[in-house]
Amino acid sequence: MPKLKSVEELRNLRAQVQKDLTARTETTTTITVGMGTCGISAGAREVMQAVLQELNAREIKAHVTTVGCIGMCSKEPLLDIQQGDEPRITYGNVTPKMVPRIIEEHVIHGRVVDDWVVGRIAMGQEE
Amino acid sequence: MAEQHRADVIVSCLHGRCPDLIPALQEEIERRGLTTEVEVVESGCRGLCAMGPVILLQPEGIFYTNVQPADVPELVEETLIKGRAVPRLTYKEPLTHKDVCYYEDIPFYNKQMRHVMHKCGMINPESIAEYIALDGYQALAKALTEMSPEEIIAEVKKSGLRGRGGAGFATGRKWESTRQAEGDVRYVVANGDEGDPGAFMNRSLMEGDPHAIIEGMVIGAYAIGAHEGFIYVRDEYPLAVRNLNMAIEQAREYGLLGEDILGTGFDFDIRIVRGAGAFVCGESSALMQSVEGKVGEPRPKHYHATERGLWDKPTALNNVETWANIPLIINNGADWFASVGTERSKGTKTFCLVGQIANTGLIEVPMGITLREIVYDIGGGIPGNGDFKAVQTGGPSGGCIPADQLDLPVDYDSLIEAGSMMGSGGMIVMDNHTCMVDIARYFLDFLKEESCGKCTPCREGIRRMLEILTRITQGEGEMADLDTLEALARTVQNASLCGLGKSAPNPVLSTLHYFRDEYVAHIEEKKCPAGVCKALIEYYIIAENCTGCGLCRRKCPQQAISGEKKEPHVIDLELCIKCGICHDVCKFDAVGVR
Ligand SMILES: Cc1cc2nc3c(=O)[nH]c(=O)nc-3n(C[C@H](O)[C@H](O)[C@H](O)COP(=O)(O)O)c2cc1C
Ligand code: SF4
Repeated sequence: MPKLKSVEELRNLRAQVQKDLTARTETTTTITVGMGTCGISAGAREVMQAVLQELNAREIKAHVTTVGCIGMCSKEPLLDIQQGDEPRITYGNVTPKMVPRIIEEHVIHGRVVDDWVVGRIAMGQEE
Repeated sequence: MAEQHRADVIVSCLHGRCPDLIPALQEEIERRGLTTEVEVVESGCRGLCAMGPVILLQPEGIFYTNVQPADVPELVEETLIKGRAVPRLTYKEPLTHKDVCYYEDIPFYNKQMRHVMHKCGMINPESIAEYIALDGYQALAKALTEMSPEEIIAEVKKSGLRGRGGAGFATGRKWESTRQAEGDVRYVVANGDEGDPGAFMNRSLMEGDPHAIIEGMVIGAYAIGAHEGFIYVRDEYPLAVRNLNMAIEQAREYGLLGEDILGTGFDFDIRIVRGAGAFVCGESSALMQSVEGKVGEPRPKHYHATERGLWDKPTALNNVETWANIPLIINNGADWFASVGTERSKGTKTFCLVGQIANTGLIEVPMGITLREIVYDIGGGIPGNGDFKAVQTGGPSGGCIPADQLDLPVDYDSLIEAGSMMGSGGMIVMDNHTCMVDIARYFLDFLKEESCGKCTPCREGIRRMLEILTRITQGEGEMADLDTLEALARTVQNASLCGLGKSAPNPVLSTLHYFRDEYVAHIEEKKCPAGVCKALIEYYIIAENCTGCGLCRRKCPQQAISGEKKEPHVIDLELCIKCGICHDVCKFDAVGVR
């Protein structure tokens, strides 16, 4: 690490290191991967890794969590995205290959990828 | 830069008690193939020390207490893989035994105000990057480039910050006198001696957020015009020394200490001085003698340290917590800081809550909070069947405050008025099984060992008071002793050189003031109402509770207990040595104390 020579350099460094830490605290986007036994055997772990890789590569702040089986075992791996007050969107039969498009369209541009959606949960009611 | 992970397992409060926990976690995480998803972070104390080691899982905020290596497989399986909390490990409210799964919901934390400790337990103290990510060193940048030394001092004065280590002297005024004192060379010193037995708030800060202290010191040095600083830490705090050293090295590497800090032309560096751990070495003049390499003895203050301190140069000495408040004031402004607290005591204060209290641990509260809120809301009340009796603040030479003053606001002036003091933040809660005469005796016994012996009133006065107290606890006191105690106490208070002697009589005076009837009971009735003083109590069998199980008879080392099977037993008082074993082993509450 070269010495910081100015306040500017310190601020730049802060911006850089903040990226690491923000994932630990609240952000508005939550990505949830179903990781029950069913999900894992269907490939949820690979999906999770693809999500993390994509977020890192694109420097996106998001809150990635896992949940257990939610009962739609035939549609595993399941991936949920919730942004702010928007309804929570569930994608089914997700493969690692689908992840970049979901992140690009949904997380970055806020457009739901309708083709792959299997469920929406808004205000506690399921559709 | 580090990778982004989906989860962080933040482990705190190891204090070397469970060295196997982190390796066990790492191993299990690797075994389950989660290494790229989950990161294990070791972090400073979170305050719930009685329940350590504790683990916080982020981003969910699930909080586990008392985690042992054996719990690791279940924790990883349930929480990290399946995303469920393990009820067995979540925090239980001490009195209600209610399950509290999430960190934010724990009353122990939500009545608190974590300002100076806000990064402790949240960041990895070994990583300057994490400190910087949470706006670390931004206050320094602001101070060096946007503020003049005078403006900084004015801001600190306006904030109302008072010293967190002792008497509560106004920090801004101290800095101003140091800056205005004559001479070219000046020093800043951080007092991390923390001699109060049982207190560890300064240790936790030094271990958990060392950069906050360093940043505060650089700002202070710039404000008063110092280029050299010292942090005095006792040798018993090896982890604090290690983390501070690591932090200093990193700060140098990043150009935040040393020459030309942040390219501003300001030079400043810090050295750690390790103290041998005498209580009196925390006193300012003794500490400075010790830093100079001399024997740590207080010296007469013909001059104030702000004029002639270290090597007779103007010196600003502050407690480590005082220093750690500085970046907050510079970043957020004096008005923000002064918005918390009372008229004359601003900001927050850390305390070590120990003794007969359900949640022992490290807390940070706004000044002006009442003792009742600390004891009952944060502390969770008195465990077992005890009743609150008193709380001792201010360390060994502080005073005991009784139950009828529970609504006392905790601030510098109210505590002094109540016959105690703020000190550096020790807080010992006592219940009705504590004898106040014995407590006064205990503290004087500590102080007797710690007096440096330089002044006769302190050296001899403490000894004499201790002799009298010991006599009273043995049932050999006389009423005249109480007057002698008071007279001695006043002399020691007035004629001692340093704060140790001046405050040593506090435990005696405050207990005499609030608990005089307990002294009288020892002297006139030869009874110890709390059932503590061995010479004044006797154990007896409560016949209606006794089932004649014979356990006490077998356990008594003196064979003083006899009785037929299934018949009430009796204790032979001639043989009894009052060890209390029978009382402790009885399952039927059949052994009483009177
Ligand atoms: C016997 C004795 C022990 C002391 N121990 C400490 C200590 O452990 N830590 C501390 O900061 N101040 C201690 N002090 C108070 C210091 O003398 C000094 O007032 C303080 O460090 C100044 O810093 P502050 O203004 O930030 O509180 C002690 C004072 C006395 C008389
Ligand atoms: S008051 Fe006590 S501790 Fe302080 S200098 Fe005198 S003898 Fe030493």
